[in-house]
This record gives sequence, C-alpha cells and structure tokens, in this order.
Amino acid sequence: MLKYIFKRLSLLIPTLFGVVTIVFFMIALSPGDPARVMLGERATAASIEKLRHELGLDKPLYVQYGLYLKRVVRLDLGKSIKSGQKVSEEIRDHLPATVELAVWAMIFSTTVGILLGVLSATRKNSWIDFGSMASALVGVSMPVFWLALVFIMIFSVKLDLFPTGGRMNIRYYFTPISGVYVLDGFIILLKTGDPKVLFSALHHLVLPAIALGTIPLAITARITRSSLLEVLNQDYIKTARSAGIKESRVIYRYALKNALLPIITVVGLQVGMLLAGAILTETVFAWPGIGKWLYHAIEARDYPAVQGGIIFISISFVLINLIVDILYSVVNPKIRLS
Amino acid sequence: MDKDAYTSRKLASDQDKDILLSMEDVSVSFYTHRGIVKAVRNLNLKINKGETLALVGESGCGKSVTAHTINQLIPMPPGKIENGKVVFEGRDLLKLDEKEIASLRGDRISMIFQEPMTSLNPVFKIGDQIADVFLAHHNIKKEEAMEKTINLLKLVKIPAPERRIKDYPHQLSGGMRQRAMIAMALASPEPGLLIADEPTTALDVTIQAQILRLIYDLKQDIKMSVLLITHDMGVVAETADRVIVMYAGRKMEEADVYSLFEKPSHPYTQGLLNSLPSNKKYEDAARLEAIKGTIPDLLTIGSECPFENRCPHAMPVCRESFPDETKIDDDHSVWCHYVEGEDASPSSQLVGDQGEK
Ligand SMILES: Nc1ncnc2c1ncn2[C@@H]1O[C@H](COP(=O)(O)OP(=O)(O)OP(=O)(O)O)[C@@H](O)[C@H]1O
Ligand code: SF4
Ligand SMILES: [Mg+2]
Repeated sequence: MLKYIFKRLSLLIPTLFGVVTIVFFMIALSPGDPARVMLGERATAASIEKLRHELGLDKPLYVQYGLYLKRVVRLDLGKSIKSGQKVSEEIRDHLPATVELAVWAMIFSTTVGILLGVLSATRKNSWIDFGSMASALVGVSMPVFWLALVFIMIFSVKLDLFPTGGRMNIRYYFTPISGVYVLDGFIILLKTGDPKVLFSALHHLVLPAIALGTIPLAITARITRSSLLEVLNQDYIKTARSAGIKESRVIYRYALKNALLPIITVVGLQVGMLLAGAILTETVFAWPGIGKWLYHAIEARDYPAVQGGIIFISISFVLINLIVDILYSVVNPKIRLS
Repeated sequence: MDKDAYTSRKLASDQDKDILLSMEDVSVSFYTHRGIVKAVRNLNLKINKGETLALVGESGCGKSVTAHTINQLIPMPPGKIENGKVVFEGRDLLKLDEKEIASLRGDRISMIFQEPMTSLNPVFKIGDQIADVFLAHHNIKKEEAMEKTINLLKLVKIPAPERRIKDYPHQLSGGMRQRAMIAMALASPEPGLLIADEPTTALDVTIQAQILRLIYDLKQDIKMSVLLITHDMGVVAETADRVIVMYAGRKMEEADVYSLFEKPSHPYTQGLLNSLPSNKKYEDAARLEAIKGTIPDLLTIGSECPFENRCPHAMPVCRESFPDETKIDDDHSVWCHYVEGEDASPSSQLVGDQGEK
C-alpha cells in the first residue's frame, strides 16, 4: 500500500512539470502583448517598453521560461498587477470560499446522485427510473451559468426564499476565523450560542451549491445506475440472495461496494469540472472565491494572477486525482495487494 | 456400478421417505425482446428427506432455471412462473412474500453455484461473507458468528481457517473457494435442502472428487437432502439416489440411479450414457453413438417432442405431441413414444440386448 502511494507520488513530479510548462506556453503564445493590453489603448511606446522590461517580456522565450520555472519551484507566483498583492496570498484569501462551495456541491451531487442511481437501478424501467434518468439527461445538458441564473430568478427573485448572492448577510459584523463560513458559524454557535451566522452561511450556500452540483449529480446518478445494474447481475449477488441476506443489505452493502469503483473514478473526475463550473457559478452568485477572482483577473488581463490561478487549479486537479486513485485502491483489495 | 453400494444407499434413503419438496406442473418462461423462451415446461419433481436427486441434461436445458424457481431467484421480469406449485415442507413457496422466502433462503434452502471464481463477493473477506450469513439467520454477536465461521471452515476441511477468514476470494484456489461456498451454504442450524448447481464443473478432476465426497459426507452427517445439478453422468453414478433427465425444459426420464444405468430407456438418456468416455457397455451399439445435432430453439418450440430432430427413433407422432408417461418400473418412468411400457417393446428389447453383454 505504502509502496503504491510512493509510486504514485513519484509519478507526480513529471505530471506537475508538464502542467506548469503547458500553462506557461499557453499564456506566452496567446495573441496580444500583455503590456499593451494592461496599459490600455492610449499608452505611450515608452511606458509599454518599461512594463515589458519589468515583466521580463523583452527577454527571449527560453530565458523567460527558465526564470518562470525558477520562481514556480520556489512557490513564487509573482504579484498581481491589479492589486499589487502577491498572487499566492490572493489565492489563499479566496480559497476557503471556493472550497466551501465545492465541498457542499460535491456532498450534494454525490449523495443525491448515488441515491437516485440506486433507486433507478433497483426499480429499473419504473417511472422513478425514467423520471430520474430523464432529469439526469436534462441536468448534464444544462450550462451552469444558465442554471444559476434560472435558480436566482425563481428562488430568489420570484419566491424570495434565498439570497441572490454573497456568502453572508452583510449586516452581521463578523470576522472570519477559518474562512470556511459554515465552520466559522459553527464555532460562533458553540462559543456564543448564536446560530445566526451559521444559518446565514447555510442559507447563502443552498442555491450556488445546488447549481454547481447539478451536472455532477446527473453524471453520478447515471454511472451509479449502470454500474449497479451490472453488479446486480453478478454471480456473487445471487449467492448473497440465496444465502438469505436481506435485499436492502444486498444492495447497499454487497452490490454498492462493488459498484463504487467506477463511481469513485467518475466523482473524482468531476472535481476538475467542479473547479471549472465554480468560475461561472461564483461569478453569477457573487461568491468571493477563486473562480470569481480568476474571472476578474482574466477580464483585467492580470497575467501573473491568471497564470498563478491556472497553475493552482491544475495542481489541485492533479492532486485530487491522486487522492481518488489511492481511495480507489482502498476499496479494491486486488489493487491494494498486488 | 456397484450394486451393494447402491443398495445400502437406497436403504438409507428409504428409511425416511417423506417428501421434502415437490414441484408440480411448473412452467417457467422468459419474456425477452426476441420472444418467449420456454425454459421449463410442466415439470414435476419430488425430493425425499435425506435423498440426493440428480438433475441432468446438457447446457441450456433448464436445470438452473428449475433450481432458481425453488428459491425464487428467477429475475422477474424477464422471467415468469407460468403455472405450477413448489411445495416445501407443506408450504407453496410461490405464494410466499419476499420476506418469507428470504428467511427460508440460506436457512432451510441453501445453494452452491457452479463458478467458485465469481460466486464470492470480491471486495469482502471470506470470513466476513460467511459470518454475515450467520448474522442474517441467528440472533448472535459478530464475534460469535466469526467463531462459528471458523468451525464451519474446519468442517469443510479448509486448512488454517483462523488465517483464511482474513483472505479475499481472489487469494484462494478454486477448490478452496468452492469449500468456502459450501461452508456458506451450511451456515444454518438445520439445513433442509442443499441445491448444488454444478458444484464441481469448474474444478479439476481430483478436486472435483474431493468436493463431491465432502458434500456426500456432510449430507450423511446433517441429514439434509441434496438437489444435485450436473451434466456429468459419472458424477450422477457416484452420488445420486434418484435421477431426472431433462431436455429442452422437459422431463424425459426419471428413475432411481441403479435402474437408470441398468435400463436407460429414453433415446436421449442412452445417448448421454453412450457419450461417457469410460462406458464400454454401449460402445458397440452402433445406432446410439454420441448424440448428433443441437438442442432446439426454445423460442419456437411447440408441443412436439423436443428431441425429435436428433432422435434415431423419431416417428411422425413425435412431431405432433409430447408423449405421456410410460412406466418402466415402480421407480422408473420415461416420456417417449418409442418406449411402450413394461412388455416387450422395441426399445426395451434394445436395452435388454445391451444389458446382456
Ligand atoms: N434471465 C434470463 N433471460 C432470458 N433467458 C434466460 C434467462 N435465464 C435463463 N434463460 C434461458 O433459459 C434456458 C435454460 O437455462 P438454464 O440456465 O436453466 O440452463 P442450464 O440447464 O442450467 O444450462 P447450463 O448447464 O449451461 O448451466 C436457456 O435457454 C437460457 O437461455
Ligand atoms: S418421443 Fe419420439 S422423438 Fe422423442 S425421444 Fe421418443 S422416439 Fe424420439
Ligand atoms: Mg446452469
């Protein structure tokens, strides 16, 4: 097991190197001169030249690349042009909001998705099956930002059930502790007995988490259904039934654990999609996370911020996949032992 | 076969002649997109207490469907039990609800399957899988179930059971897995019926003999009945008290094992015995060489004798109707137009000739 993890970790280095390289060339080779874009239409040639020099853009590409690698290895992502703050600090400040949103979206999509998938598989060809698979199809074909807007229109504007955006009622003067507001709200509840921060945090989370979780939910439901249907046809399920194991236990323990392998893979892959979806969801819901921050950085052509943001997201994606693979080997004894 | 051995076996089963299970006029079909597969038709069968009944026939003739009808493991849909009764200890199993039948499964009616490789759950340890069956049927704690599991693994002769319970199925050999499956089927205080669906087909010959021996010994110890499904006539001769020969969903011949091997009366049974490699007895019967042709399509099959396209004795009447029962003996019946009862008929003549040798 340790050997397996070690092997996976050593494979990580070339992967990360590749990611960092691709990000560099993607931005370096994209059309337009960053210095000109940053300074605007009416900048003088001299000021553009000065900024190019500051950014190191006047050096040959391979020198730029070498300098860039050196910085990245030292975890130095440069300074944001817009705010002058270090990019790594900006990421750190915006990260908790995104983590919170993504985690809740994931919890929502995985639990509801697996549940719907199980219901569909065990009641194959019933109206529950048709209903949930039809909604799953609609779910995957729905663009996130559109769904987010529709949610705001129906549940915030028309029905006035949820706030239209933000993470917290602005009238609560509240200094973040961890930055994960549900956790902070919980700590405040324990300390002062006042639940309103916790409630407000949850209240603000509902719509964005559901909007962000809808596509992963649909995919999870579909893979759960097909994977479980396949497992339910296996001989060992017949064995369990013939031995008098209760049907609910046959499904939720005997079958689901086997069906879990492809589900874990797919859920893991969705984390990447979730990060992409977060950019749009956060923008629509004015959710102050990495996604919204990156969106504004792109809008402002804040190249160091964009570069840093993409590197950060890519590395998170790679690491999350590694964790998924390790989890996979925990569930599957055959991988673990060989 | 050895007549004395048979007689003592027969005596043992005669002592307890009450019926444990009977299937009456059972028909099972599968409604597929290609049409209706008539897998089992008008089948009658009974198993006495303490008896081993063998169900033989080639692949696809409905043996497994028959077995799964007993413990209600037929997937419905596409399966449907068209008619009939399955009476076990006085109750019609087809009338029980899911919960009642689940409480019989693994308790009074256990089953072991053909494929030891795929019949154990790959992601759970052997010990946990067997202990779980104990937990499903007894009101006991996990530790106690584990202890019982270890005892059971000893009973089925798995070495070092304390260590084996921590193994996953893929860490055991085929024979060991089959033993583990048998242990699982025995995780009940008083098993009534053990259904063994080709329990040794996937194993090599020496292991096969060991497993059959094990089932036989356990049967003697625990006094359960066994429904043994196989297409191996050698296995039948070794272990069965009575035999039912099935073909394309129909019962063709039913006899005690001695009578079946002495006087095989159905052309299909004769063909089966003839294709046994070790069987010198039927070798010169030129007309009865290994059966040519294949089983008919169960989708289009009608009321004819399903063996008609392969039968050396087929007559016009065979295309029109399925034959009625013909008694050869007290314990021996056959369903064939060619066989004409206890008096000198063409086929009993034929069988008699061969018996002379
Ligand atoms: N779930 C199912 N759907 C459709 N047809 C089925 C199903 N299960 C069995 N059948 C059909 O029923 C017939 C009898 O199958 P069965 O499994 O009982 O054969 P068998 O005698 O056990 O053969 P084998 O020796 O290969 O195990 C076959 O033609 C098979 O195709
Ligand atoms: S009924 Fe006719 S076809 Fe069928 S086995 Fe007998 S002789 Fe052959
Ligand atoms: Mg079978």
